[in-house]
Amino acid sequence: MIKNISNLGDSALYCDFGNDVNREINSKVLKYFKNIKKKNIEGITNLTPSYNKLIISFDLKVTNYKILKKLIEDLELNKIEKLENNKIKIPICCEKEFALDIKRLEKNLKISEEKIHEKFFSKEYFCYMTGFIAGLPFLGDLDLSLKTKRLETPRVKIPKGSVGLAEQFCNIYTFESPGGWNIIGNSPLNIFDKTNEAKPNLINPGDTVIFEKISKAQYEKYND
Amino acid sequence: MIKNYFEVIRPGINTTFQDLGRNNLYHIGIPFSGAMDNRNFILANSIAGNKENTPVIEFAYQGPLLKFKGEKINFNITGNVSFNLIKKEGPIEGNCYQNYTLEEGDQLDIFSTNKSVYGYLAICGTFEVQFQWNSCSTNTKANVGANNGKKIEKDQLINILDIHSENSKRRLEYINTKIENIRVIKGTNFDYFSDKGKKNFFEKYFTVTKLSDRMGMRLEGDKIENAVNTNIKSEGIIKGVIQVPADGNPIIMLSDHGTIGGYPKIGVVISADYDKLVQLPPGSKIKFQEIELPEAEMLFKLYQMETKNLILKIK
Repeated sequence: MIKNISNLGDSALYCDFGNDVNREINSKVLKYFKNIKKKNIEGITNLTPSYNKLIISFDLKVTNYKILKKLIEDLELNKIEKLENNKIKIPICCEKEFALDIKRLEKNLKISEEKIHEKFFSKEYFCYMTGFIAGLPFLGDLDLSLKTKRLETPRVKIPKGSVGLAEQFCNIYTFESPGGWNIIGNSPLNIFDKTNEAKPNLINPGDTVIFEKISKAQYEKYND
Repeated sequence: MIKNYFEVIRPGINTTFQDLGRNNLYHIGIPFSGAMDNRNFILANSIAGNKENTPVIEFAYQGPLLKFKGEKINFNITGNVSFNLIKKEGPIEGNCYQNYTLEEGDQLDIFSTNKSVYGYLAICGTFEVQFQWNSCSTNTKANVGANNGKKIEKDQLINILDIHSENSKRRLEYINTKIENIRVIKGTNFDYFSDKGKKNFFEKYFTVTKLSDRMGMRLEGDKIENAVNTNIKSEGIIKGVIQVPADGNPIIMLSDHGTIGGYPKIGVVISADYDKLVQLPPGSKIKFQEIELPEAEMLFKLYQMETKNLILKIK
């Protein structure tokens, strides 16, 4: 299922599952990720699944590329491994003060704010991966009419909870961070909880996300 | 029991608690973190007579000014660092890689790292710190780790849990050497770059810029021209990866890097050169040199052996 394994530097394996981004390829990546994680292979320090790649980092003091490559190539995948799929509802408020890029989007996509909301809230989104910053989910796929580029100059600070669009994906900034996605609203929900070590991320790869529009009043009362 | 602690009179520029870092969290977006210069971290704990993964204080450029309250404590500093012990009798100039004793009211003034970036303060004992995912390493971007994930601040107190004093005279003769040639293995997107871009990458000098921190080191030099696409589908990143965004200036990912990135990877710094790379301050000139995987693995073994030999030389 892995198309090619190569080395990324001297202490990581780069597993390539193809160039396309779709749920089928991503499920293969996640299947490998879950299987390898469960096996607790000696020397592996980190696994990073993404849309269509899996990076396996290891401790060069304990193992090396050749040994691990062989191990992964010979890995027997557990066939019944079913991906956990939780459905998560995310409330977002799209009031002007939170929708930093809505005007830009109206102009670039040539559709109205109402239409953007209609298209955005009518879909369910699949979580392909989490990362960049702690807990940030990469969700897809957006309706084709919402496909858009990143900002040419990324913002230095994007407020915590911001929901952004870029290409065919959307995300949620789990804490204040730099970033270049087009912000359409803000969620009062805490997506990353560092105090919950066993399960810090509310949204995990394989989960489905539904966005729910809330008013400013609901937003303000949300965490009371 | 007497309470031992440091009072932070001046925190320094980027002073944090660090240990060997945390594993197995890239998939949720949390980087490895840990001491930037692994060898100097290990030497600090070895000279102090601590267990290898004991939390230390890492500082960058200007270090902290600390006042000791309590009975007595031994400590050492590693790196290339200028510091004074301010005792009742007057100031004493300190040497790195050597244990000293602080008594009630004494101050430790770590003014600066010299022609380098990071230094380490290890006490013969343990700081009282919080652990998250089995590590105290502070990631100030995600606010994870000791001190609520924040830098050490002015006026805060740093509590000391336990003290051992049998190693008060231990020291090591060692001088950090600098490197100019950084050895790299070609990255997974090496072919994204034009012939001229590839040539520039391995032949020209690059300057370390001021926009460098624990997350990454930004370089400036002759542009590395992209011939395919300045973006890739976002994918995982590891420490040492050299990404080249659209502007053609390389960025080397360091210990607190974002776990996912979308710029082409031209190369990866070999593990053996990482500790010395992170010690290059802004303005330093570096040149990349290509090597193959087997050589990189051998160089790492050699580097590990050197570190072990240094530990054996501590007296």
